[in-house]
Amino acid sequence: MADKAQLQEAIKTQGEVVRKLKSEKASKEQIDEEVAKLLQLKAQLGGDEGKHVFVLKTAKGTRDYNPKQMAIREKVFSIIISCFKRHGAETIDTPVFELKETLTGKYGEDSKLIYDLKDQGGELLSLRYDLTVPFARYLALNKITNIKRYHIAKVYRRDNPAMTRGRYREFYQCDFDIAGQYDAMIPDAECLKIVYEILNELDLGDFRIKVNDRRILDGMFAVCGVPDEKFRTICSTVDKLDKMAWEDVKKEMVNEKGLSEDVADRIGEYVSMQGGQDLAERLLQDPKLSQNKQAFAGLTDMKLLFSYLELFQVTDKTSSEKVRTTETQVLVASAQKNLLEERLKLTSELWNAGIKAEVLYKKNPKLLSQLQHCEETGIPLVAILGEQELKDGVVKLRNVASREEVDVPRADLVDEIKKRTL
Amino acid sequence: MNALGLVSMRLCAGLMGRRSAVNLPFLRFSSGMTSSQIDEEVAKLLQLKAQLGGDEGKHVFVLKTAKGTRDYNPKQMAIREKVFSIIISCFKRHGAETIDTPVFELKETLTGKYGEDSKLIYDLKDQGGELLSLRYDLTVPFARYLALNKITNIKRYHIAKVYRRDNPAMTRGRYREFYQCDFDIAGQYDAMIPDAECLKIVYEILNELDLGDFRIKVNDRRILDGMFAVCGVPDEKFRTICSTVDKLDKMAWEDVKKEMVNEKGLSEDVADRIGEYVSMQGGQDLAERLLQDPKLSQNKQAFAGLTDMKLLFSYLELFQVTDKVVFDLSLARGLDYYTGVIYEAILSQTIPASVSTPAEQNGADEAGVSVGSVAGGGRYDGLVGMFDPKGRKVPCVGVSIGIERIFSIMEQKAETSSEKVRTTETQVLVASAQKNLLEERLKLTSELWNAGIKAEVLYKKNPKLLSQLQHCEETGIPLVAILGEQELKDGVVKLRNVASREEVDVPRADLVDEIKKRTL
Repeated sequence: MADKAQLQEAIKTQGEVVRKLKSEKASKEQIDEEVAKLLQLKAQLGGDEGKHVFVLKTAKGTRDYNPKQMAIREKVFSIIISCFKRHGAETIDTPVFELKETLTGKYGEDSKLIYDLKDQGGELLSLRYDLTVPFARYLALNKITNIKRYHIAKVYRRDNPAMTRGRYREFYQCDFDIAGQYDAMIPDAECLKIVYEILNELDLGDFRIKVNDRRILDGMFAVCGVPDEKFRTICSTVDKLDKMAWEDVKKEMVNEKGLSEDVADRIGEYVSMQGGQDLAERLLQDPKLSQNKQAFAGLTDMKLLFSYLELFQVTDKTSSEKVRTTETQVLVASAQKNLLEERLKLTSELWNAGIKAEVLYKKNPKLLSQLQHCEETGIPLVAILGEQELKDGVVKLRNVASREEVDVPRADLVDEIKKRTL
Repeated sequence: MNALGLVSMRLCAGLMGRRSAVNLPFLRFSSGMTSSQIDEEVAKLLQLKAQLGGDEGKHVFVLKTAKGTRDYNPKQMAIREKVFSIIISCFKRHGAETIDTPVFELKETLTGKYGEDSKLIYDLKDQGGELLSLRYDLTVPFARYLALNKITNIKRYHIAKVYRRDNPAMTRGRYREFYQCDFDIAGQYDAMIPDAECLKIVYEILNELDLGDFRIKVNDRRILDGMFAVCGVPDEKFRTICSTVDKLDKMAWEDVKKEMVNEKGLSEDVADRIGEYVSMQGGQDLAERLLQDPKLSQNKQAFAGLTDMKLLFSYLELFQVTDKVVFDLSLARGLDYYTGVIYEAILSQTIPASVSTPAEQNGADEAGVSVGSVAGGGRYDGLVGMFDPKGRKVPCVGVSIGIERIFSIMEQKAETSSEKVRTTETQVLVASAQKNLLEERLKLTSELWNAGIKAEVLYKKNPKLLSQLQHCEETGIPLVAILGEQELKDGVVKLRNVASREEVDVPRADLVDEIKKRTL
């Protein structure tokens, strides 16, 4: 702990560093970094008359969601959840932390990425790493054999920043699962239908859903001559085909994983294949593959899956909207002074009628600032009160964008607002 | 046109991960033991087995949630969603935005703020990086958010879970992970208007949740302090006398007076003078009467508080909420950071004080909340300044809705009511009585989904009609669309009302509209 005089000297110097950076208009990150150092020094000073000085930041790898981001998030969730509900899914929620033993053992190498809670004398706890283990724990704990559920929640991973620059450590996962014994491939088809519907409704442009089957892969490796114990490792090499060219993937198989060139070439013939139901049928004619029990089962199911997917065909939909952070329909305003009471009264009437309304917290606001508030936050209508309007029993309803105004009888105001806004 | 699905022979992604089977033992009951006894012994057995290791990839572990936490099953989620929907709709009606913050903060952000309660904070293990702790409430993250982003004005709501390591011996039955629902208006505005809007919001929410009659007590920190001063309470005893007065919602005046005199060292005279004031309740009239009180009106603090209380009530009248708002001088609320108006909403139907449920945790503060309390808050002008490096003040007024308490009440209501709580919103089940109609069922279901209808179909090639109807009854699906060979030839679908069993043949082209008409 540096002594006080040294600290104060360091604070003075650091303060100058910050001032210099600001006057040089250095990058925000640089300034923030030096300011953080300055605040940390100041915090060490202590004796700060109850003033709580500390470094203002969120934990590494986490972030706040501001209102604009929340509005986007809400829109995305709304589309996704509405799709889940359309398919009759229920939802559950689980605690953010589980018993450490529930989580460990499952993840193998990834265990070091789990956030542990400090041992404070009770159970050993860890923050959930995904939503799948909590789901399995939930099913077992409640002895549930059948459920169609979605679960949208944050999960936590202590990614090493050197390896995975820019990744968040707290992030959302959105899972949909069907648990239970059913006739083959129908739930599998519904899952794909749901993905299709969601991606369409989110309007993200064109997309493809690739499908394959563990049994087909294993069968394929077997008939190509891959030794059993190499299945998993060859699998992860084949997985790299979405990032690497076949020559490099083959090189890794032969040089690093010890496969013979023949075997690698045979794999190469298969993995270049893509298609629809026709491919499944063609492969069922392949003498080697169809003789392999696993592959046969997988290919038969793939054929069945595609027959269901055909019945589930969908059409595109699109939508687009400006991002607002509030849903306010009308601002109650006045151009004249001493009308706060009347504004508050009208606003209350609107709230009571279920209208989303706002009023400025000012006794005598200028009309211009009231209109500016509407423009900044996207409020489409403004209800303007004035002495004359009050005498006549009307309210001036103005469309903020077009500036068109019309006098509306007070009694009709609610209906008029409802008509003009969704 | 998006081509659905390509068989890709090289797709290997994720095969090692989440989809690998987790073998979960299913447990059997033997007669004569209670379910919880069995669970306990099984848990011990599993722990012993887990220690064996070498389990050929079979993952055996103790099946329970962490102490003080719980899962929400679909029924509870349906109730929760309904409650949130009503509350959020009210916030939105008033033009509030929402934010979200991380579940953990830097430890230093949270400590120092809570004093004694620091030991209730969940720390994360020091794993070589920053020292972190789980958030204890939503107020400190809010203040940190405002200071970090240099925000001077915002009207925001935030609904999220918070974490407190309550000592189980002290607070039996309390949850350690629970929801808080906060609404706050930050910024410098003309006096009492935002404060009045907070109360209007509490009023609207409690009305719409249909929880029966309620009252909102209001008071003001400055009136309390002024009152203590004119009664002769020494300055340094203000806070401790305040917390004693706070107990008036649970204890009789005689006991409260006893505590003041015997434990807190007040003279009887002073205690009696306090007693006269704290028995007063009223509306705007009480504020006016007290402004006439020679001693109180001479006290600067009390005068400011009473003037603002008068102003507040004038706005509350315009907002038409005065029928349930009471100016109550005995309302003291525990938190130190309140600087002006304070309020607490209490349901008229209360539960016995001996039962401390998770519900009692809400009221936004660490100090005890009175039985039946379902929302609480006030003005706190000094908090954000504590977090800002330059000490910039951002005045705030807000309220925390006791959402766990509300869940409890709604869950109880659902149990005792004859109406079933549905966990899905499915409008129609596509069914058939005959065999070999899976394709037709899937086709029709897909058409309904494409038209935005919430529909289900059983994952069975040839289900019996009875099981399909049973599924509807169990899950509350109101309609069933029945296909048969004849109906397909005639181009119609038999639409049956599950409850009444009335059926009618609907032309296929009209089915979507007919379903929409019959369901909301």
